[in-house]
Amino acid sequence: MIPALVVFAYLGVVLYIGIFAFRTTRQASAEDYFLAGRSLGPTVFLLSLFGTNMTAFSILGASGHAFANGIVTFGLMASSSALVIPVCLFFIGTRLWALGKRNGFMTPVQMFRDRWECRHIGTVIFVVQAVLLVPYIIIAVMGGGTVLQAITNGYVPFWLGGAIVSSVVMAYVFLGGMRGTAWVNALQTTLFLLFGTIAVFVIGRGMGGFTEAMEALLASPATSPLLTRERVSPLYFFSYTFIPLSSIAFPHICIFCMTAQNVRYFRKTIVLYPICMLLIWMPSVFLGVVANQATAIPAIQTKLEARAQLAAPNAALTPTDRARLRAQAAGDDVILRLVDGYAPLWLAALLGAAVMAAVMASDSQILALSTMFTEDIFAFYQGTKRFGHEMQVLTGRAFVVIVTAVAYVIALRIPQSIFDVATQYAFAGYSALVPLLVAALFWKNSTRWGALASTLWTAVAVMSVATIQNVIPPPPPGSEVTVWAMGDQSIITRGATGTFVLGLLPVVPMTIISAVLMILVSLGTKSFARPGEPTLRRYFAQ
Amino acid sequence: MSRRIAVGAVALLYVLHQDFWFWREARPLVFGFLPIGLFYHAAFTVASAGVLWLLVTFAWPTHLDDSE
Repeated sequence: MIPALVVFAYLGVVLYIGIFAFRTTRQASAEDYFLAGRSLGPTVFLLSLFGTNMTAFSILGASGHAFANGIVTFGLMASSSALVIPVCLFFIGTRLWALGKRNGFMTPVQMFRDRWECRHIGTVIFVVQAVLLVPYIIIAVMGGGTVLQAITNGYVPFWLGGAIVSSVVMAYVFLGGMRGTAWVNALQTTLFLLFGTIAVFVIGRGMGGFTEAMEALLASPATSPLLTRERVSPLYFFSYTFIPLSSIAFPHICIFCMTAQNVRYFRKTIVLYPICMLLIWMPSVFLGVVANQATAIPAIQTKLEARAQLAAPNAALTPTDRARLRAQAAGDDVILRLVDGYAPLWLAALLGAAVMAAVMASDSQILALSTMFTEDIFAFYQGTKRFGHEMQVLTGRAFVVIVTAVAYVIALRIPQSIFDVATQYAFAGYSALVPLLVAALFWKNSTRWGALASTLWTAVAVMSVATIQNVIPPPPPGSEVTVWAMGDQSIITRGATGTFVLGLLPVVPMTIISAVLMILVSLGTKSFARPGEPTLRRYFAQ
Repeated sequence: MSRRIAVGAVALLYVLHQDFWFWREARPLVFGFLPIGLFYHAAFTVASAGVLWLLVTFAWPTHLDDSE
């Protein structure tokens, strides 16, 4: 019961942060509410930007992935992000900040409309960005319900847990706007940093030392490959370096880049970002791998047996059996199990709060959707002019309530697996939108028609991959189903872990084709669609 | 020149991420428990922080400071 009380105390703290942020800016202008008045200091900017990027996936998903796939998880997701995300912040984030400050932009679509002198094409970009963002919010509501149900041993049912978590998130975003959200994210990052380091020491001691565990894993043919990368291809590994590009294209990250008080605050964030990645991801991945040796814990032993059944070469399994065993073998809760088995109660309580913080990372996305709606739709289509600035902030707040309520209703009615797939491919979608940012900021000859071509391609590609994933069931591990071939050459295949194009993850061709479309269509239309010189001078004065 | 070196270092690091040389090796276990492939990527992450420091020190877009 103590972990549940700590989690409820955490919910109380974040709610109070929202109220406190509301009190400090009671008469908020739109810029105050949506961007914290562009006034965030260096520490909050670093911790909050990092926290905004860390979702439930970083803590639980990473250890689950490492449990099944081994140390490769760190190279796939952490070390690549540790380089690519800060480089994107350096080249793109700083420029978004400067343009936002100079021109009063609050969203990326405002910048695109101004840069390419377009109106409705901006609306199309808004729609694609918004649709890709919604599944995250729904997943977070589901996560909140599941975690509260688990932590209270079922005393709080899923529907009530989801309602409590959604209400708390809605309340502090509604009241505190960007300031409240940033403070909560900073707290969340601090909690992650604390928990990771402590958990490694405590669990290591409980297991009798990691050296013995590693030697035992190496001695078994079933587990030794987890300590190398021999089970993944170099092409697959390379593909993953395209995924972190998505970070800078997420609207909530673009918008967050505009909240710093000073562009110099990016310096510390860019340099320390990899260190934060190391401190949070290394414990998650390492503990996920080590969990394979924690056979004394019955729940983990059950997972290992299910995995062994799935991997048995001559197992005659029906698709239903296979799905059941996959669910049993899933490792998203291995850290929870390790803590249950080896850590004292106080650490379990701290873990509960950290997990709750992770599933509440939807706050930035809800606020971003609200900002985008009020700026890109309400204000753009004359709402602010007709009804005034106060009504604009009120509309933003009302939108926060509506988005959260709709996400909650959907979360109760539709299976999570659908949104898992949607979020998986939303990353690829946002990576494919990066050429828009690069072209807008660095290429004078880019045009609105090039932007439209890239955006429509992204939408079509995401829908196509999601359809393949849903229509073609995953084959057994190690085999592939050809979806499209040219002669003897398979072009698109469906494997056990996803869809592939010439052995690469879809994100690679999606991003490259998006960039090629931006270039070709812009060159073809620049004679009549290139923005005027006054606009170009504002973007390319240097 | 230092700007080119900083940008070049970022590009080199991107290439070094694809470390095929430790692909099938678990040993040596660094500090007795970290497989070499995992240690390499932890070191890569620390090296990223160093190279990013070079980037913000020698290649900072100073014209953006005027926007303050």
